[in-house]
Amino acid sequence: MVNTHYGDLHVLKNVNYRLDQGEIVCLLGGNASGKTTTMKTIMGIVRPTSGSVIYEGEAIEGLATVERVKRGIAPVLEARRLFPRMTVFENLEMGAYTRKKGAEFDQDLDRVYSLFPRVKERRDQVSGTLSGGEQQMVAIGRALMARPRLICMDEPSMGLSPLYVEQTFDIIQEINRQGVSIFMVEQNAAMALLIANRAYVLQTGQVILSGSAAELRENETVREAYLGEMQGGH
Amino acid sequence: MTPFDLLLQQLINGLSLGAMYALLALGFTIVYGILELINFSHFNVFMVGSFIAMGVLHLFGIEGQSVLLHGLPLVGVLLVVLVVTMIACGFLGVIIERFALRPLRGVKGPMAMITTIGVSYILSNVVLLTQGANEKNYPNPIPHWSFYIGGINGARITVFQILIWVISTLLMGGLFWFVQRSRLGKAMRATAQDPDAALMMGVEVNRVIMTAFFMGSALAGAAGLIFSLYYNFTSFGIGFSAGLRAFTAAVLGGIGNIPGAMVGGIIIGLIESLAGQYIAVKWADVIIFSILVLVLICRPAGLFGRLAPTKS
Repeated sequence: MVNTHYGDLHVLKNVNYRLDQGEIVCLLGGNASGKTTTMKTIMGIVRPTSGSVIYEGEAIEGLATVERVKRGIAPVLEARRLFPRMTVFENLEMGAYTRKKGAEFDQDLDRVYSLFPRVKERRDQVSGTLSGGEQQMVAIGRALMARPRLICMDEPSMGLSPLYVEQTFDIIQEINRQGVSIFMVEQNAAMALLIANRAYVLQTGQVILSGSAAELRENETVREAYLGEMQGGH
Repeated sequence: MTPFDLLLQQLINGLSLGAMYALLALGFTIVYGILELINFSHFNVFMVGSFIAMGVLHLFGIEGQSVLLHGLPLVGVLLVVLVVTMIACGFLGVIIERFALRPLRGVKGPMAMITTIGVSYILSNVVLLTQGANEKNYPNPIPHWSFYIGGINGARITVFQILIWVISTLLMGGLFWFVQRSRLGKAMRATAQDPDAALMMGVEVNRVIMTAFFMGSALAGAAGLIFSLYYNFTSFGIGFSAGLRAFTAAVLGGIGNIPGAMVGGIIIGLIESLAGQYIAVKWADVIIFSILVLVLICRPAGLFGRLAPTKS
């Protein structure tokens, strides 16, 4: 059970998530529901006031962000958050910051380049000049450079054209098939529920629904609130 | 001297002064780039550097301007003085950050900036009380050789000016290389561009900040040595006017922008020597700061600055 406060503001109220190795788990919720706070709690940017974050059997809520990255948790941040005046390659290097350069680095770079040929083409370009879709590829590539076992994605589809959204979700599935667990916060419930194994619905800091993605796709509340379907439609 | 020689002479002098201002300006810009903090204690780290270098020169038995060295001994002594001064100032900067500024990190408002003013006063008063208020004749072992451009009546370049250019080019080149190519340098740039994202890449932000203070302060130490060798004196009060001009250079170039600080420093040095020649030395500050105001009105982010940080 995790509780998180910002000052007097009780943001996360007794939330409880579980993610098994190899899963894609999606967190749905509107604005100010606590999704981003959840991400920050996992990454160690905010500390829970009570409760604990267990990763691979170990409580990590007291660990610094650096240590969490070293243990294999990597973020894909909301709105990409690339280093805008660094090149694409330098952004990828920053993803591997906690690791030594060498054969493994080169392998991971090849993996990123084969997933995203476009990123390879643009490697010497300053990342602030890329299109939103290209930036998203770099952001995902940057996370992969940490050789993570868990990637936390904050709104991977935000601000992308429909074509790129589809492409991004394909890539997420591909990465997951390569053995990386995915925890994803997403507004685009229709797409997210198609690729996720399970999902949680968060509302004003509380989990109001959870279940398999298939179940939630059929759930009335979810259909209404997140899949944009009118109750008792035609 | 013909009018052309005179102009050439002032350009040579201006480039030398400018290199010194550039070294000093870099410290403001590196720290600002990462913390968005104007570090006024930097003024007096520069001044302390001048005194540390004087102490080391005295240790080598160099007093006043009568002991001149040549060849290898000259290069050796200057190198030792420079390295010791830079390392000592670097640690001074790290200590200031660790004990005066880090406790205030994350506090909103001008508290940290005011603290740097306080630290600045502490430094100048410690030097005043231990070294006295008198201007000190500065030990200078560099011979007064000169090269003349276009005959004995033409413009003159002294050995020391050449040394200034060599040293500052090496230091600035080294800094540029560090920031562009090294792992920690890249972490510095990443932290400056997006601190939260850098943190989530696993960057140890405290180490990055410490490095920024170390490097900025070390460069200030080098600038302090150059300043005092140039003017043959030092005093507890040299930090203010030189520091303010260097700060102006950083703002002129776009504070937070490293090449901007280098160019800004050179511009300030050139203005100072040209204004001194063609108008009057006393008017140099008026002209420097008038140009600053004009540039900021036309280009609020400075010559090479970006007004809004590209953060989302």
